[in-house]
Amino acid sequence: MTYQPLSRDQLAARVARDIPEGSYVNLGIGLPTRIANFLDPEKEIFLHSENGLLGMGPAPAPGAEDPELINAGKEFVTLLTGGCYFHHGDSFTMMRGGHIDICVLGAFQIAANGDLANWHTGAADAIPAVGGAMDLAVGARKVFVTTDHVTKKGEPKIVERCSYPLTSVGCVDRIYTDLAVIDVTPQGLQVQEMVVGITREQLQALTGATLQFSANCQ
Amino acid sequence: MIDKTVATAADAVAQIYDGATVMIGGFGTAGQPAELIDALIAKGARELTIVNNNAGNGDTGLAALLKARRVKKIICSFPRQADSYEFDALYRAGEIELELVPQGNLACRIQAAGSGLGAVFTPTGYGTLLAEGKETREINGKHYVLEYPISADFALIKAQQGDRWGNLVYRKTARNFGPIMAAAAKVTIAQVSEIVSLGALDPEHVVTPGIFVQQLVAV
Repeated sequence: MTYQPLSRDQLAARVARDIPEGSYVNLGIGLPTRIANFLDPEKEIFLHSENGLLGMGPAPAPGAEDPELINAGKEFVTLLTGGCYFHHGDSFTMMRGGHIDICVLGAFQIAANGDLANWHTGAADAIPAVGGAMDLAVGARKVFVTTDHVTKKGEPKIVERCSYPLTSVGCVDRIYTDLAVIDVTPQGLQVQEMVVGITREQLQALTGATLQFSANCQ
Repeated sequence: MIDKTVATAADAVAQIYDGATVMIGGFGTAGQPAELIDALIAKGARELTIVNNNAGNGDTGLAALLKARRVKKIICSFPRQADSYEFDALYRAGEIELELVPQGNLACRIQAAGSGLGAVFTPTGYGTLLAEGKETREINGKHYVLEYPISADFALIKAQQGDRWGNLVYRKTARNFGPIMAAAAKVTIAQVSEIVSLGALDPEHVVTPGIFVQQLVAV
């Protein structure tokens, strides 16, 4: 069988479909940030950025950038009407206190039990940096991960046990890859959707942990 | 009459001594008190421990303080960035000590110091490298790591407006660590864009009450 993996934009659009109106959402740096471009403009969704704003809007028009209005990735952003600013104590109260409904993070590896590794490769010469990743992973009500299904070298990113240093233990609820949507459940990894044309066997072969398949995944 | 304003940034930082722990506000360059840092470089205090979210960007502000080799140790959450080359060089040469703290733990440890708490049990970092060797506890079925407060001798922060009693309001996402660092340092020095007359700030809108601010300077 032949199949076409989702593009970055298709993957972002797929995640965006699962974010309901009224949600308080934090989109991590990188691919997750792109999801904002695909949220339904008819829905009111509150985007949080951990440096201290709720109601984050899109990038400003050229020439309208404000160096004191940035997001967690230090990119220029705007504030929607009704949005607000706050300090870091309040911002991480929102994150760790269970007030953020959904956060979407990138990943180096995800384990079958929901462990996430996304901050440090563990390489001896790497300068570690963690930012708010551990706080989001532990504090958001739902943790979604977006990632390519395999690394650039073709190695599985979904594994039995993470070999990279963990970001948080057992935190991931749902994985969106360029090949599948997979729920992390107490019974194991449950594939909910697959891209057109891929077989269960092909997907399993690209995954380092045992998959179970919902009935609609043929 | 109480007047916490000082004439120049140099006057404001004159009391910062060698070996001091100094919190510096800002997230990247947003909210970074650049003029106070420049004055601190000119003042020449050495062997400083710095608390900041990052470890300097580009050539100015905190990065310039690092380049001048005034910093013995930095406590931060996200040192490595595209433009953190001053820190990167010192770190690779073994010339600066790094304490890496998850961003929310950095915030709550600073808040714990400002609030007079002895420590906090935080869920962030449990089961990771950053909690190795630390005391943990299970509370109501969840796992927590014991983390101690981060206090400071001085805090250097940036606000938009202040009055002579030290009440402050901020501008947009430049607020970030300012309010919590102000409460956690023995001496907080705020640089503001404008000093306004007492009563000009709406009391309902004051973000940092003046009790947390010892000096302010307009830059």
